[in-house]
Amino acid sequence: MTVDTAPMATEALDSPRSKQAMKARIARRYAAERRFRAYGVAAILFGLTFLVALFSTIMVRGYSAFLQSAFTLDVHLDPSAFGSTTPPSETDIRMADYTKLANRALFQALGVDPANKADARAASQLLSQNADVQIRKTVEADPTVIGKSVQLSLLAHGNVDTLMKGHFDRSVPENRRQLSDKQLGWLDKAAEAGLLGKHFNTGLFTYGASSKPESAGVGVALVGSLYMMAIVLLIAVPLGVAAAVYLEEFAPKNLLTDTIEVNINNLAAVPSIVFGLLGLAIFINFMGIPRSAALVGGLVLALMTLPTIIIATRAAVAAVPPSIREAALGVGASKMQSITHHVLPLAVPGILTGTIIGLAKALGETAPLLMIGMVAFVVDFPTTPLDSATALPVQIYMWATAAERGFVERTAGATLILLAFLVCMNVTAVILRRRYERRW
Amino acid sequence: MLNVQTNELQQGATKLGGALNPHKVAAKDVSVYYGEKRALFDVTVNIPDRGVMAFIGPSGCGKSTFLRCINRMNDTIPICRVTGKITIEDEDIYDPSLDVVQLRARVGMVFQKPNPFPKSIYENVAYGPRIHGLAGSKAELDHIVETSLQRAALWKEVKDRLNDPGTGLSGGQQQRLCIARAVAVSPEVILMDEPCSALDPIATAKVEELIDELKQNFCIIIVTHSMQQAARVSQRTAFFHLGVLVEEGATNDIFTNPNDQRTQDYITGRFG
Repeated sequence: MTVDTAPMATEALDSPRSKQAMKARIARRYAAERRFRAYGVAAILFGLTFLVALFSTIMVRGYSAFLQSAFTLDVHLDPSAFGSTTPPSETDIRMADYTKLANRALFQALGVDPANKADARAASQLLSQNADVQIRKTVEADPTVIGKSVQLSLLAHGNVDTLMKGHFDRSVPENRRQLSDKQLGWLDKAAEAGLLGKHFNTGLFTYGASSKPESAGVGVALVGSLYMMAIVLLIAVPLGVAAAVYLEEFAPKNLLTDTIEVNINNLAAVPSIVFGLLGLAIFINFMGIPRSAALVGGLVLALMTLPTIIIATRAAVAAVPPSIREAALGVGASKMQSITHHVLPLAVPGILTGTIIGLAKALGETAPLLMIGMVAFVVDFPTTPLDSATALPVQIYMWATAAERGFVERTAGATLILLAFLVCMNVTAVILRRRYERRW
Repeated sequence: MLNVQTNELQQGATKLGGALNPHKVAAKDVSVYYGEKRALFDVTVNIPDRGVMAFIGPSGCGKSTFLRCINRMNDTIPICRVTGKITIEDEDIYDPSLDVVQLRARVGMVFQKPNPFPKSIYENVAYGPRIHGLAGSKAELDHIVETSLQRAALWKEVKDRLNDPGTGLSGGQQQRLCIARAVAVSPEVILMDEPCSALDPIATAKVEELIDELKQNFCIIIVTHSMQQAARVSQRTAFFHLGVLVEEGATNDIFTNPNDQRTQDYITGRFG
């Protein structure tokens, strides 16, 4: 079919209906389609590249946060450290000098002469300042251990942890690094002897805020986040679903409901920090709820999540085919029955998706919590939603501003934990949706 | 007061004696407005019990609109307004004191597209009796479901899979399931809005056969686009055109000897 003579070719180009011209048009169309697909693939690859880069950076930086260096020491719980009475009183147990006990165990293990003050101070710097708390908790849990020797895994100092994780530069002149040659010598010997090692960092999940990286964890922040999520669920879901169903099914269509609808859509786009300001003004200043309490955080996040849930629920309810409503009304179901028996069950997958997306958004929210004083240094677990609490993303934010190497890796580690939660929530959403869809 | 009593007595007498009310459904000067637009102009028609009444006419002529007035389905459209009077058994169905839910239990409806609930076949049929408290026990409910499915000529096909989803049936079976669902609450009137328009000829034939059976017990009003179908299943036919009820009479007369030129033109296929 190829036309190779010049006159014919020109003739073909002149006429738009010629085979030549048609072929050219088809080729152009195909080329356009191929280009369009290529753009799409390129866009996806571009996005994926950044995602991979982001995740790999966080992983590389954060995985070491899940390991923690600790000394395995035989701590002799000398009865003389616990006052004169036997058995020792609670005050004695609380007030005992555990640091001394810890140091004594360490000196013995490293072969340091306690009489040499300089050596003793240098060696004691290798233990975490939190080590005494660890021993105290052991004794408090079981006072009968007093007088015996117990093998304990005591946290090493953050600098030791940095060394163990290979982030310590030994080539720096001695006077400008955190660990002296002598200390390094002890540590190398201890590591060789198996006294010093890296273990899974359970403390990351159980500790609260601390100025020492080795004893800082997201435990307290997790509990705070959990409280807030519970409050968001309890408040935003019933309110949101009720509002959405009313607006979608019952409300008359007039200027007022139109205004409400526009405003709900606007609220979903309001910067979250504005909700924080609102919470500060209403919940704390006006209603007098204690600041930095999980209750305030939960209320603010519930307000913030409400529009998301309302919009998702309205969309899900509107997506239920009208024929189902008509069928229910046709057999004599009341409006309420048609909604509760038919429309809502069919809308559940959509509502669930909206709710979980809203919750995930709330879980990762930081800005409004800063406004209501949840950037607090909280060491103790909040027992009620009225106690001071902090949240996971706020904890990340606070750690991100700290300089110590241990906090840098903890920032990434906590981000990994947060991401894991978000992934779990989204997977739950997908699973629930699938299950419901199969049922209907 | 006296009037009401005589009415009730009459009703009782018709039910007991089996003498059929000649006007099961009576409409007088019914007009429907969608906002500013008037869709139906002063429709007056009497529909007898135990028979099939067909509404025919071109698209947009108001036949479905009128049908939906009879169970007040138009109430669900906010801009829709109905004037005039419709009575069922001499009871004004637009009386403010009348409960519309109760009315819809008395006037069942089958829709154009089969719309079974996305639940089991059993649940589809049992739903109406359940919300109206018609069955005292599980056995009673089972009985209602079985008889309803039998009446809808579906029992034999589905009796072994009552727990399968209703949406898994074929189109024709789904429509018969919808008829069973409507029948299950023992309505007096069954409205059918083009019940066969989404079905193939074989399924259509089955549904038509079923309509013929059902007319022994119910007052059936059917809207159809197919004049052949109207001729096959109905005893009386009403022809609507541009929101006006042009002509109403025995189906035979309408199709063989219509009074109005427009009816003549429509049934001979000159328009519509």
